[in-house]
Amino acid sequence: MAVGGSCSSHEYRSPHHSDRKKAMAELGNGKKQASPEEVHPRKAFGWAARDKSGVLSPFAFSRRNTGADDVTIKILYCGICHSDLHTAKNEWSNAIYPMVPGHEIVGVVTEVGQNVQNFKVGEKVGVGCIVNSCLSCQNCNRDYENYCPRIILTYNSLDVDGTMTYGGYSNMVVVNQHFVIRFPENLPLDKGAPLLCAGITVYSPLKEHGLDVPGKHLGVVGLGGLGHVAVKFGKAFGMKVTVISTSAKKEKEAIERLGADAFLVSSNAEQMQAAMGTMDGIINTVSADHSIAPLAFLLKTHGKMIMVGAPEKPLQLPIFSLILGGKTLAGSCIGGIKATQEMIDFAAKNNITADIELIPISYLNEAMERLTKADVRYRFVIDIGNSLTEA
Amino acid sequence: MATGLSGGKGHWTRRRQRPLDAATVCVREKVSGESTQWWSHEEEWERRRSSGRQLTSAPARSMGRRKKDFPLKYFACSPNLTVTSSNEALASASKNERYMENGNIAAASPEEVRRSPAFGWAARDTSGVLSPFTFSRRKNGENDVTIKILYCGICHSDLHSVKNEWQNSVYPIVPGHEIVGVVTEVGGKVDRFKVGDHAGVGCMVNSCRSCHECTGHQENYCPGMILTYNSTDADGTVTYGGYSDSVVVEEHFAVRFPAGMPLDRGAPLLCAGITVYSPMKRFGFDVPGKHIGVVGLGGLGHVAVKFGKAFGAKVTVISTSPSKRQEAVERLGADAFLVSKDPDEMKAAWGTMDGIINTVSAAHEVTPLLSLLKTFGQMVMVGAPEKPLEIYAFPLLLGGKSIVGSAIGGMKETQEMIDFAAEHNVTADIELISMDYVNKAMERVAKADVRYRFVIDIGNTLSAA
Repeated sequence: MAVGGSCSSHEYRSPHHSDRKKAMAELGNGKKQASPEEVHPRKAFGWAARDKSGVLSPFAFSRRNTGADDVTIKILYCGICHSDLHTAKNEWSNAIYPMVPGHEIVGVVTEVGQNVQNFKVGEKVGVGCIVNSCLSCQNCNRDYENYCPRIILTYNSLDVDGTMTYGGYSNMVVVNQHFVIRFPENLPLDKGAPLLCAGITVYSPLKEHGLDVPGKHLGVVGLGGLGHVAVKFGKAFGMKVTVISTSAKKEKEAIERLGADAFLVSSNAEQMQAAMGTMDGIINTVSADHSIAPLAFLLKTHGKMIMVGAPEKPLQLPIFSLILGGKTLAGSCIGGIKATQEMIDFAAKNNITADIELIPISYLNEAMERLTKADVRYRFVIDIGNSLTEA
Repeated sequence: MATGLSGGKGHWTRRRQRPLDAATVCVREKVSGESTQWWSHEEEWERRRSSGRQLTSAPARSMGRRKKDFPLKYFACSPNLTVTSSNEALASASKNERYMENGNIAAASPEEVRRSPAFGWAARDTSGVLSPFTFSRRKNGENDVTIKILYCGICHSDLHSVKNEWQNSVYPIVPGHEIVGVVTEVGGKVDRFKVGDHAGVGCMVNSCRSCHECTGHQENYCPGMILTYNSTDADGTVTYGGYSDSVVVEEHFAVRFPAGMPLDRGAPLLCAGITVYSPMKRFGFDVPGKHIGVVGLGGLGHVAVKFGKAFGAKVTVISTSPSKRQEAVERLGADAFLVSKDPDEMKAAWGTMDGIINTVSAAHEVTPLLSLLKTFGQMVMVGAPEKPLEIYAFPLLLGGKSIVGSAIGGMKETQEMIDFAAEHNVTADIELISMDYVNKAMERVAKADVRYRFVIDIGNTLSAA
């Protein structure tokens, strides 16, 4: 998930934006900038987008040496998140090219720094959306690194040493141990990779807002990468889960395969009316523009709707849909590292994995195109270990 | 309608109310071919009782409009009548027409539902202009208290309603839901009030009392909640509010005013006060040391500042008017003041507030306000702009922030709020007006030209025309 976004009527920018602009300005000032291959001492390779067409191609770059607190990981799998697509195409107006996306990284530890106690060479680990934060602010101290103002994302971000971060569509990554997630033995690496973004993005707000209580009724809007994982977590929490979708044809899948208890077609006024005031919470994963007032009416008194998708246009919210019933519209963005580890452990214990389509790296551009059409059930995962070779 | 009175020769037609006549609530006209006669509904009861005739319920074949115009229970004088469901009748009544209030359904005779005359000011149409109006209140039941009204606050909702801005007004409307007065009668089962007590009535006069919300003291969210005015009560009658001389309300929905609590300055708390108090308690804005923003410095806003300070919070007022700064800081006790249109001031306050109470009912942008919130901060909307809010997703996502709606509060917390206000000397800043001034006051409310609530001195200035 990349920081920033288009809010045309208001100068909303994360604090990083000015740093990034400065870095870009320096690049143009004729100062000698090392090529991506020369910035760091270790050679690495991956696939990068060069411009806002978003088309990816082989790319040689470099990684830092393993620092005292670092863990070096040989990447085996990387999930394709819709954010990768948004960012590669500069849809959030914050892309810096060349960009190596990918923040659902799973691999094996190949080297650890001298201060690293918790990881050993050969261990299976993951890296999600965050590779650094200040570790000293109020949010970091409360295990909410995802809300740190100095957050550094796994790709397309300016790291503390002024270099760009490159993500998981690559052969290796070097990460501060604090931001590495241990994978339990029984969690499959390929199917577990998408949990590192999609999983935590739904798990974190469900826990925060008390939507993990057995018997409560959860609505899941949108049945894609995030939505299908939300259904699985919801059922694992012992909740009643209703999927709300625009596509009637997803009903069989939702109920029979994913285990949802009910399915509503959002354009079916009768169904929606019958379900009014029945849900304790709704997790809204949809990033296309859509109408949220009808969804708000599905909530019980004091019900909460959590936005984890980020539609480009502003949501139109008639305020009575919240006032009548004292309802909440909340946003949530990934989750902290502690919560991510907790989520992975919970998933391993409850056999929750993503439904994936495993692809070789050569299929990457086609997979991105299918992703724009939401033509995937429900996450592509790149088989990096077996298909990514140096160009 | 075959009434049996004229053997079917004449017929009853439905007419809109006789204009400008304070003595009639709704009128009917009997067209006899020779003359047109008018009755008020009080007169109609008298006629029927004294005529001694049984009235049938057989539909008049010539009266194609009967069901729409006259709910059958209108003529339910005889216990032998079968009555169509009042819901059916009510549902079919068009917005501009009114059905008679007969208090009770079907078998009750007019004697059993004798109503007490009442007098107030009502709006007759979407112009919202109020004028004197005679109507009636129910007799005091065993769970009821009757309150002689002394003061009634003017809430902006009253203005929205009289002008039909929320598309749900049924005229005539007697607004007013910040009612304070003295108890003049109590029913046999009433134990919280006695005659002579000071009592108030807020925005609700009834609810189902059995749903999850009601049993959880959240009557304000009961799906069957009945508002103090412009609502249909359980007995089919329309509720009339506090711009009147008296009100009869079930004990559960009356609020005791502690001794020493000023009645005039306390009246606005019954709506404005509870509307901000309830979410401030619910979302933990009442914890000392928290930083609360209050958007809009009007009836709700100024009370929110006072409660915030009474809770021990740091309070920052956010307003479009720089001219309110001195007032906010020096008189109301706010700790800081931000002009929302000043980007530098706003930016300096980014990420500093635990919560925001947004009282503004005009259309405005909420994105700059969300930036003021800390991580997980909540903005509570208690104002109700007419147009939908435009909410960009990222400002909510990046920081885990929320927008929450809140509508008044339950009866238990309303009493708690009044007791807290009495203890901490929290009252509204008011401009006391006479009843005659009400239309001018409404105009000024539309322009937000009041500091900060009009209160009508009902006791001294409302008299029957």
